[in-house]
Amino acid sequence: MKAPRFAYIRPDSLDEVLALLAEHGDEARILAGGQSLMPTLNMRLSRPRVLVDINRIDALKGIGLENGTVRIGALARHAEVMGSDIVAGNLPLVADAMPHVAHVAIRNRGTFGGSIALADPAAELPAVVLALDAELVLASARGRRTVAARSFFNGLYETERGDDEILVETRIPALGPGYRSSFMELARRHGDFALAGVCCHARVDGGVLSDVRLAYFGSDDRPRLAAGASAAAEGKAWSGDVKEAVKDALGGDLDPIGNFHASAATRLHLARVLTGRALDRMVASG
Amino acid sequence: MADPAGAVGRPLPRSAARRLAFGRGKYADDLRFPGLLHLAFVRSPHAHARILAIDPAPARAAVPEALVFTGAEIAAVCAPWQGTMEHLPSMVSPPQHALAVERVVWQGEPVAAVVARTRAEAEDAAGEVAVDWEALPAAAVRERTLDADAALVHPGLGSNLCFATTIEAGEAAAALANAAHVVEGSFSFARHTGVPLEMRTVIADYDPGEGRLTVHGSHQSPWHQQDTLSRMLGIPEQLVRVVSPDIGGGFGIKLHIYGEEIAVSAVSRLLGRPVKYVADRMESFVTDVHARDQGVTARLGVDADGRIGGLSVDALTSLGAYGSYGRPPISEGMMTIMMAAGAYANANYQARLRVAFQNKPPSGMYRAVGQPIACAVAEQLLDWAAHAAGIDPVELRRRNYWADEDYPVKTPGGLAIRRLSPRQCLDRLADMMGYDDLRAEQERLRGQGVYRGIGVATFLEMTSVGPAYYGPSGARISTQDGATVRLEPSGAVRCVTSVIELGQGTHAALAQIVADRLGVAAADVGVVGGDTASAPYGGGAWASRGLTIGGEAAWRAADGLRANILELAGSILQADPAALDLARGAVCDRATGEARIALAEIARIGHFRHDMLPPGVQPELAVTRHYVPDAAPFALANGVQGSSLEVDVETGEIRLLDHFVVEDCGRIVNPLLVEEQIRGGVVQGIGGALFEECRYDADGQMLNASFVDYLVPMAAGLPDIHVGHVETPIEETALGTKGAGEAGTVGAPAAILLAVNDALRPLGARVTALPIGPEAVLEAVAGARP
Repeated sequence: MKAPRFAYIRPDSLDEVLALLAEHGDEARILAGGQSLMPTLNMRLSRPRVLVDINRIDALKGIGLENGTVRIGALARHAEVMGSDIVAGNLPLVADAMPHVAHVAIRNRGTFGGSIALADPAAELPAVVLALDAELVLASARGRRTVAARSFFNGLYETERGDDEILVETRIPALGPGYRSSFMELARRHGDFALAGVCCHARVDGGVLSDVRLAYFGSDDRPRLAAGASAAAEGKAWSGDVKEAVKDALGGDLDPIGNFHASAATRLHLARVLTGRALDRMVASG
Repeated sequence: MADPAGAVGRPLPRSAARRLAFGRGKYADDLRFPGLLHLAFVRSPHAHARILAIDPAPARAAVPEALVFTGAEIAAVCAPWQGTMEHLPSMVSPPQHALAVERVVWQGEPVAAVVARTRAEAEDAAGEVAVDWEALPAAAVRERTLDADAALVHPGLGSNLCFATTIEAGEAAAALANAAHVVEGSFSFARHTGVPLEMRTVIADYDPGEGRLTVHGSHQSPWHQQDTLSRMLGIPEQLVRVVSPDIGGGFGIKLHIYGEEIAVSAVSRLLGRPVKYVADRMESFVTDVHARDQGVTARLGVDADGRIGGLSVDALTSLGAYGSYGRPPISEGMMTIMMAAGAYANANYQARLRVAFQNKPPSGMYRAVGQPIACAVAEQLLDWAAHAAGIDPVELRRRNYWADEDYPVKTPGGLAIRRLSPRQCLDRLADMMGYDDLRAEQERLRGQGVYRGIGVATFLEMTSVGPAYYGPSGARISTQDGATVRLEPSGAVRCVTSVIELGQGTHAALAQIVADRLGVAAADVGVVGGDTASAPYGGGAWASRGLTIGGEAAWRAADGLRANILELAGSILQADPAALDLARGAVCDRATGEARIALAEIARIGHFRHDMLPPGVQPELAVTRHYVPDAAPFALANGVQGSSLEVDVETGEIRLLDHFVVEDCGRIVNPLLVEEQIRGGVVQGIGGALFEECRYDADGQMLNASFVDYLVPMAAGLPDIHVGHVETPIEETALGTKGAGEAGTVGAPAAILLAVNDALRPLGARVTALPIGPEAVLEAVAGARP
C-alpha cells in the first residue's frame, strides 16, 4: 500500500499555485489536509502526475467576519473551525456540525475547503454550506469568480470547480436575527460517514417558519437542498401535521443511493425521522 | 498454594506496557536487515479462476531490478501442505500451495511474488505482471454452497462438503414433542476476522553460507512455523530459527500458516538475501483467516416450570477455500454443537453440523472459536422460553444450571465438566447490575416510548486445550509449554518461556508466578521468549493457554530452582534444606522466618565461588520444566454477562448503556490482566454483535476490505464494562488458573442480542442475525407491525 510515483511541488504563493494548475490541469491534485487524497494515492485508486501542496499559502488561511459575512479560508483546519469564536457566535449550524466531522486526528489536519471541494455526498460540510446559502470563491490564472453553493455541486465528487481552479474561501452569511438552525446526523459510529443527515435553517417567528432551507447529506449522489420539503414548512406554524407534510414531501426531493450500510428506502426513512426531530428541536430551541 | 504474601494475585502494573507507551516497542517491521529486499504479491481479482498464463515481462520493463516468482516457481522449492486430520478421516481438505499454481480459489489469493529494492517498487512491478485468467463460477453464498448445482471450490472433491457429523443424546425429538413450551429460531452469524492492529509481517533471511534460515515475524506460534518451514523447504530443523518480537495483537489470526509467509522464506532461500513482506490492511482483509460465518436453526423445549426438556441444533458453517494447516477448520461448528447450553442440566439433545467450503479466504481460529455462536443461540432460546413460560429469564437460568452435586458432568453435547460456578456468577451479576431496579426502570420507560433491553447470558469458555484434541489429529503442534528459570549472579531471576507475548501481558504474569515461588519481587524477575533457538519448545499463544499451561510450567520450574537453591544454601549454611525457605529475597529459617543468608549471596557463591563449596556440590541454578495438561482435555472457565441498552425504534440505533461481566477463570494471578482480557474480549464481542462483517457479493468479491467499511467498535461508543470475579481454582495444577482471554468475546454477543430482543419484545419484533445494524432493527420493527 504505497503510492505510485508522483511529482510534488510546494509553492509559496497563490499565483504559483494557479500557474501550476493552469499548466497541469487534471493531471494535478491539490494537497491540503490530505485526509481523503492520501488514502486514495496509497490504495492506488488515484494516480495524479503532480501534487500541488498548498499548505504554505497564507492567503488561504484564517477565519474572519466582515459586514455580516463569515469568511472561512480554504485551508482552515476543521479543528480551527470547531474552536472558532466567530463560527460559534455567527454560524451555529457549522459549529453543531463540526463534532460530527470524522475524528480528532482527521479534524486536526483536514480542511474546510478540502471537504467542500471534494464534495463527498456523505460529508457534512457541503450540505451545511447549502443550507446556509454560502458563496464559494474560486480562483484560477484566468481570474476569480464566486459560485453560489446551490450551484456548485453537480454530482458524485463533481463540482463547478474547473481543473485549473482552486477553492479560495467560503463566504457564509451570519445567522440573521430571528433565524435558527439545527443539525442532525445518523452514522453507524460517531465520526463515520452519514447514513442520513439534515441541516435546517429557517426564520422562526412565534412558531411560524419562513425562509426555510433544508439540506441533506448521506442520501443522494450530492448534497441536496430539499425544495419540496422546505416549501411544505414555509409560512406554516410548526405542528404534527406540518411535520408529516414535510416528511412526505421529502420523498420528492431525495433520490437516495443505497449501499450495504443502508438501502435507499432506509436512507429516506432515516432522513424523514431526522427531519422531524431536527425541526422539533429547532423550533423548541428558541 | 501460593504464599499469601507472595506476588500471585496482586494487581501489579506490567512493565512492558510502559515500554510500549514510551515508543520502545520493536515490532517485526521495526527490525533492520542489511541488504533487505521487499516483496509484494500479485493477487487474484477473481474468487475462482484458472490461471492460463503469467507474463512477468511488463513488470521487468517497468522496474528493471524487480524479480518475479510465479506459483509454479515457488512450488518447485516448496512442498504443498494439507489440512487433513488423522482422527477425522471423513474430513476432507485439499493440498494447498504457498502461491496458487493452476487455479485460484479466492479473491486475493496470491499467484506471484515480486521482489524489489523497496516496497513501492515491488508494488509498481506487481501491478504490471500480466496474468491471463479464465474466470470460473464461484461458491460464495452460505445457503447455496451445498446445492447440487453449486459451483465446486475443489472439483476433485466432488462436493463442497468438508465435514458432517451428528450428536444424538437421550430422546430429543420426543422431549421437544412433549414439552409444554417450544421455542425456535434461525440464526445467522456473519463472517468476520480479527483485525489485529499490527498486520502480518515476516522477514526471512536465508544464509546460503551455513544453509540457515532465520525468520522474524508477527507469529503466535513460532514453533509451528519452524516445523512447517523446515519440512516444506527441506531445511534441517536445527538450521531454522523463528523469532516473534513484539506483536501488535493476534486474536488467533497470527496463529496460522499462511502461503505468503512460506513464500517469503522460499524467495529468501532462492536469493540468499533477507526478504520482507508486510501485509497491508486491504491484503489483511482478503488473506487473514476468516471466522464465524454460520447459520444455526435451533429448538428448545421447556416444561411448565421452565425446566429444559430437550434441545436441537442444526448448524451450517461456511469455511473459505481451505482450512488452516494443523488447526481443524471444523472447530467453529464443533464448538457450537458441543457447547450449546452446556451449563444447563439436560439429557435430550440432538445436533447436526455441516461444514462447507466456499470461494473465500481460508478459515481459521479467531478468539472464542464457535463459542459465541453456541452461547447466543442457547441463551436466546432460553430467554424466549422464559417468556413463553412466564418466568423471569434470570430465574429460569437459576432453575436450569447443573446442580453442584451433578459434577463431574458429561454433557449431552460431549463436554466433560469438572465443576462450574454459574449460580455464584449469576447472583453476583444480578447484584452488580441492580437487575430488579433495571427491570422496573425498563417498565417505566416503556410507558414513555423508550425501549430499553436487558440481556443476561451464561457463558462457558473452553481454554488451554490439551493433547486429547491435538494429539490424535496428527498435527505437529505441541500442547505443552516450557519455562527455564535461572538465578543470575546478582540474585535476580530470569525466566525464558515458550509462551508468546502478543500484548496480553502473559510475560508479566509469569514474572509474578516465578517471583511468588522464589520469594522475590516480581520486578526482580525478567521474562523473555519468542525465539525458537533459545526458548524451551512449546505451543505459543492460543486457546487462552498462557498461564494455565505456560504458567504452570514456570511454577514448576521455579519450584525446581527453589529446591536447588535451598539445597545449595543447606550446604553453605550446614543446614537441612527442608528447614529452609525462600522469602523476601533471602534464604530463611522455615520455622521462624528469620533470614539466614541473602539470595544474592547464594547466587554469588553459586556462580563465582565454587571454591568455597564442599567437594561434590554442583550448583544447578537453572531449571527447565514443561507442563502438558494431561489430566483434563481442557480447562473450562465460566461466567455470566449482562447488557443494558436502549433501542431507538425509529432509527434502529442501539445505544449500549452498560455491560457487566462476572467471570470465573480459576485462580487469578493478576486481576488487572484478567480485567484487561475481559474488557478487550467484550469489545470484540460487541464488534461481532453490532458491527463486524466481511461482506461479499454472490460472486465472491469482498465489498468492504477497509476500515472505512469494515466497522469495528470505537472507544467513544463503548459502555462502561464492569467486571466481577468468582474464583474456583482447578485442581489439576498447582497454580489453579483457567484461561480468561476469550470469555468476553464468548458472552458479549449473546448478552447484546438478548437485550436487543428484550427491548423489541413489546413491539413483537425480533432479530436473529449478527451483526445487528440499524437497518435490521428497522426491518424487524416494520415486519412486526400489523
